[in-house]
Amino acid sequence: MSHNPYPNPARESTPSGQLSLGVFFQGVNSGTIWKSAESGSQTDFESFRRLAQTAERGLFSAFFLGEGLRLREHLGRPHALDVAGRPDAQTALAALAAVTSHIGLVATQNTTYNDPADLAHRLSSLDLISGGRAAWNIVTTDNAWTGANFRRGGYLDHADRYVHAEAFVQTAKRIWDAWDEDAVASSPSADRWAAPGAVRRVHHTGRHYTVDVTPGLPRSAQYRPVLFQAGDSPDGRDFAARQADVIFSAHPQLEDALQFRRDIVERTLKAGRGANDVKIMPASEFILAATPEEALEKKAWVRELQIGPQQAIAYLEQFWGRELQGFDPDGPLPEIDPVVEETSETRGSGFHGAKARQLADQWRAEAKEKGLSIRQFVSAKTSRGDSTFTGSYAEVADRLAEYARTGAVDGFNISPWLIPSGLDDIVNHLVPALQERGVYPSEYAGTTLRENLGLATPVRPVAAAEAVANAVRV
Amino acid sequence: MSQASQNHPGQGHALLLLELDGAGAHPAAWRASRSRPEAVLTPARLRDVILAAESAGFHGATIADGRLPEGPDAAARLNALQRAAFAGPITRSIALIPEVDTVYTEPFHISTQLASLDYVSGGRAGWLVAASTSSADAAAVGRETVRGGRLAQEAADAIEVSRRLWDSWEDDAVIRDVPTGRYLDVDKLHYSDFEGGNYAVKGPSIVPRPLQGQLPVLAPAGLLAPEELVAGAVDGLLVSAPTPELLSAELTETREALAAFGAGAAPALIAELDVVLDARGQAAAERLAALDAHTPWDSTRARFLGTATGLTELLAEVLAVADGVRLHPAVLDTDLEELSRLVLPELRRRGILAPVVLDASFRDQLGLARPASRHAATPAAGN
Repeated sequence: MSHNPYPNPARESTPSGQLSLGVFFQGVNSGTIWKSAESGSQTDFESFRRLAQTAERGLFSAFFLGEGLRLREHLGRPHALDVAGRPDAQTALAALAAVTSHIGLVATQNTTYNDPADLAHRLSSLDLISGGRAAWNIVTTDNAWTGANFRRGGYLDHADRYVHAEAFVQTAKRIWDAWDEDAVASSPSADRWAAPGAVRRVHHTGRHYTVDVTPGLPRSAQYRPVLFQAGDSPDGRDFAARQADVIFSAHPQLEDALQFRRDIVERTLKAGRGANDVKIMPASEFILAATPEEALEKKAWVRELQIGPQQAIAYLEQFWGRELQGFDPDGPLPEIDPVVEETSETRGSGFHGAKARQLADQWRAEAKEKGLSIRQFVSAKTSRGDSTFTGSYAEVADRLAEYARTGAVDGFNISPWLIPSGLDDIVNHLVPALQERGVYPSEYAGTTLRENLGLATPVRPVAAAEAVANAVRV
Repeated sequence: MSQASQNHPGQGHALLLLELDGAGAHPAAWRASRSRPEAVLTPARLRDVILAAESAGFHGATIADGRLPEGPDAAARLNALQRAAFAGPITRSIALIPEVDTVYTEPFHISTQLASLDYVSGGRAGWLVAASTSSADAAAVGRETVRGGRLAQEAADAIEVSRRLWDSWEDDAVIRDVPTGRYLDVDKLHYSDFEGGNYAVKGPSIVPRPLQGQLPVLAPAGLLAPEELVAGAVDGLLVSAPTPELLSAELTETREALAAFGAGAAPALIAELDVVLDARGQAAAERLAALDAHTPWDSTRARFLGTATGLTELLAEVLAVADGVRLHPAVLDTDLEELSRLVLPELRRRGILAPVVLDASFRDQLGLARPASRHAATPAAGN
């Protein structure tokens, strides 16, 4: 490492020199192209199987699924333009567990509209059913619009979402820690199926819920599900530094990634954990071809199909709060003002809070200054921009090798823009190029997700007096 | 022999379902298994059991859920819906019917999980409705224990929510219309607007309409109010009697009661039967006594103990009045083998069983047409 042009990004973190790859089957977005003839079904199980098995052939660590809690809306009706309709994450992953053998199965699951004991149990079940390959991508929600599909409705204040989420995760961890190792009998002639006193009852009383449960499942081959987290606010980062195993970050540019790494290591150390305890895998999009020129052409084609004229107008409509169908997508931004003070939050949590009129003024000025049409402006706003790696296989492999060498990230979470063939060129061409450069594994390190991400097995906390007092026989 | 079933006159339409939880239906089944106790939690074991059930020719597998009763034989149990999902892509004909609670679960989640099960199984999903009476289940989610008549209401509400959500996308809602840039025809998406006593669910679903349109819903007889059954809440009823001798009478009475209430399309009647067979040179009664010495098998279902031939005769008799039978073998490793080698082939030879059809949906097996969405006839006027 003496020739490293970058300073060691963290006080005590040590670059492994290796990268992991994950794939995010998004299901709901404008990033996934559906207009191309190559685009397949977004719901048939075959799409999921093909993508997961392709990823496994490419020795990917993880296959991610998002979670839907309410169908996206646009101007008060379901949004018509983008891909929508997705399976329940854990159900689809349980099915994928049967047709894969090594890849991690990551379910995005919300802490607000799940019950901790139920979610912990189902994740444990997925972990066992997959032989120790399950993970939970922890997300939070707080709006009444989403709550309209659930018993509790909109019960959580925005400010409390991480406090709530952390209590939830801690309860889940206590549930996963509740079974002693070797709690289950080793032979059919044992006195009991589970050793007496080997399972601790978990009780939690909080502001929003009460949990009182004797956990129902033993440890998996990887002890408990791996925890992913994607929050980027200071609270989100602290939460991840305290609780998560992997951060699904939004910082893929090298300098930015190094800075993010330094910040996370600092927070991780402050949380009393080791500098390498939290892995970082930024979300990313790859547009690759045999030559750099072809890759650039491909990028233009991809963007054209991601944000068509109707999507560009609809994107503005959600901020303007009114129909803008009369405006030319290739003309300037609308001069008329938005009709709402606050933008709608029904398209996702990223938009709310901004003052619509102020935003409109800002955007008009920005578009005018840069000479952008509606379409060009929206394309720039929505393109993954700095999270996109465009280039020839060799070029991009060289760039990625630099990330491995500097330890800026531990890997990348790829969002394919085509389903189900979107990983084919990555697995067929990029992965071998990374292997040639010595920055990507040539076989799976083990059979569990924890092994394949290079994560240590969690250490069970010393049982607190209260836990001992609550110990019950199963 | 009693007269043939009203729904399925003549022979050759009876369904055999198998309950395949854990090591078997007897609480001490794990003691008689060939594998290690924790094997019931492994993917390898799940694969073996479901493939054995499918190749034996069972039309469907139910999978129990919920906490097992305490005691020395209390084993851990994986989530039933996930086990069914796991079985989806590795099977081709057997219907997958997990038990899912309706009281302490989120109805929106249940509905989308079941719809997803239908997708991963190619349209072979069903739902065995349960209503938990356990105060431990209530405490786990921090709610008060639901008792009495409210259980039926919770179950009925959850079924109604799921059915509305399954219909909330019309079949052709995904249009992928390139010229207009529309992926969806939003006129074909509908809010569910369910308002029950305890909660409301807005909808639409996040999952497009299940492959079967509506998943077949099974429930134990006695759980739901007759008015719910008449209104078509369920597609199948699990009918139980205290002894094998009383099963046929119970089935006939149930069918008559449904007819008296004026049910249009009566649900299929599926008889419940615990089974312990003579096996490996050991009498069924001896096998049962050995298991009962650990934990007695406390079941309210009729129980058959004896030879494969005796069971075949009983099933032939019951299937003359029932649309199907659900078998609960004491020990899967042992009893499934006997069922597979001796009982199912003979029933099939006698022309009693419905054929096993590759890629048939569970609705196909039940003789149910694929329904249109309740919104499909409405002119495209949104909602």
